[in-house]
Amino acid sequence: MNTTVIDRKTATDKSANTTEQQTKIAVKDLNLFYGEKQALFDVSIDIKEKEVTALIGPSGCGKSTFLRTLNRMNDLIDGVKINGKMVIDGEDIYQSNDVIKLRTKVGMVFQKPNLFPMSIYDNVAYGPRMQGIKNKAELNKIVEESLRGAAIWDEVKDRLKSSALGLSGGQQQRVCIARAIAMKPEVILMDEPTSALDPISTLKVEELIASMKKEYTIVIVTHNMQQAARVSDKTAFFLNGEIIEFDETNKIFSMPSDQRTEDYVTGRFG
Amino acid sequence: MVVRENFENSLQELQVKMEEMTQLTVESLEKSFDALKTQDVELALRVIEEDNEIDDLEEEINQLAIWLMVKEQPVARDLRKIIGAIKISSEVERIADFGVNIAKATIKIGNGDSLINKTSLEAMKEVCITMLNKALKSFFDENMALAKEVGDMDDEVDEYSDETYKQLTGHLCERQEETNQLVQLLFVNRYLERTADHITNIAESAAYLIKGRKYDLN
Repeated sequence: MNTTVIDRKTATDKSANTTEQQTKIAVKDLNLFYGEKQALFDVSIDIKEKEVTALIGPSGCGKSTFLRTLNRMNDLIDGVKINGKMVIDGEDIYQSNDVIKLRTKVGMVFQKPNLFPMSIYDNVAYGPRMQGIKNKAELNKIVEESLRGAAIWDEVKDRLKSSALGLSGGQQQRVCIARAIAMKPEVILMDEPTSALDPISTLKVEELIASMKKEYTIVIVTHNMQQAARVSDKTAFFLNGEIIEFDETNKIFSMPSDQRTEDYVTGRFG
Repeated sequence: MVVRENFENSLQELQVKMEEMTQLTVESLEKSFDALKTQDVELALRVIEEDNEIDDLEEEINQLAIWLMVKEQPVARDLRKIIGAIKISSEVERIADFGVNIAKATIKIGNGDSLINKTSLEAMKEVCITMLNKALKSFFDENMALAKEVGDMDDEVDEYSDETYKQLTGHLCERQEETNQLVQLLFVNRYLERTADHITNIAESAAYLIKGRKYDLN
């Protein structure tokens, strides 16, 4: 008798999206060393435009190190050596000296909200002012648009001049996202953006990530695998500085190809 | 240390309940068939009564599976295993209901000469029980070859069913006084054929667990 395999896509299969996005970031054979110690090994990955890419893996696997290579944050650490190609919009970012332009294009949100001890307004307007924008009306517009974009406008519009540090952790993190948006980046990197937040604030940030996808390319490091499953289109599993598997998120969490990925996502690692 | 030891233990508990449910279902089929062969109405009534135990086990399996999904947020193979447990327990419950249906047919036939030996029903029942045990084993052991064997055995049951249908309808013309019994045996033939289909669905759940995609073994 014949055994038929039915390979139909399920309604929840994100891979069913028909339009394949353009590559925004192309990484080829990237190696990174902290002094003598190698932290990334031949990392190659294509990150698509206006998609959310999640990086998962155990502590020390290199995912945050990799994230920081995307806007050259590792340049700030002594003894870091990088080789390989890291191309964003066709330009190898390690061949260019314009780090300021790169960090304008590639914004970042950190694990803990790191607002400046100033008003909500001044926090969001800080970057544009540093870029030389002085016009009050223009700054007002940028602040409002950024806070709206970070889904926090309605909560803070009546207290823009109050200290940003008086907000709750979840609100502060969304203001951090607004501050990143204010620079009009094309890529936003998020390093465990909800690990310091309560569950409701976490869900709000996750909703925000989903809505931001329309305009930005997002790369997120997370230890929360359900979060990776909820927010991302593609997921890369890192282990010991290597990408073990990179695929549609749906595939990674339902039928991973590599046994090590399976062991990690099902919590049987170690 | 075994990572997720509690979860592993809970999955094991789920398996034990499924094995117990399957064992009771096999007994239900065996007893209902014994009752049919010997026209033992008492035994048939007992089969009907004992079906509650199987229904309760299905409920327990579902409750445990739902709680594990809430508590452990399973993904990949773990999730497929739990989904499989829910689907399989529903199939096994349905198969046990066929045991009850056979018992009811026994009661309807009542006393008289049994015509069962003139059919292939007993052989069908034997194949069904072997299939059921194999299907569950293919799920627990994640054995794809065994799941495919179950699909092949379903074809065997279908052949027996066609043969039995011809035998019984042939007798209907010759022994009109036995119409009631012959009609009931035609029903039993149908119950066993459906039993094999439900067992094949179990093998498909096993294939889904193993390969992560839908297989049509029917």
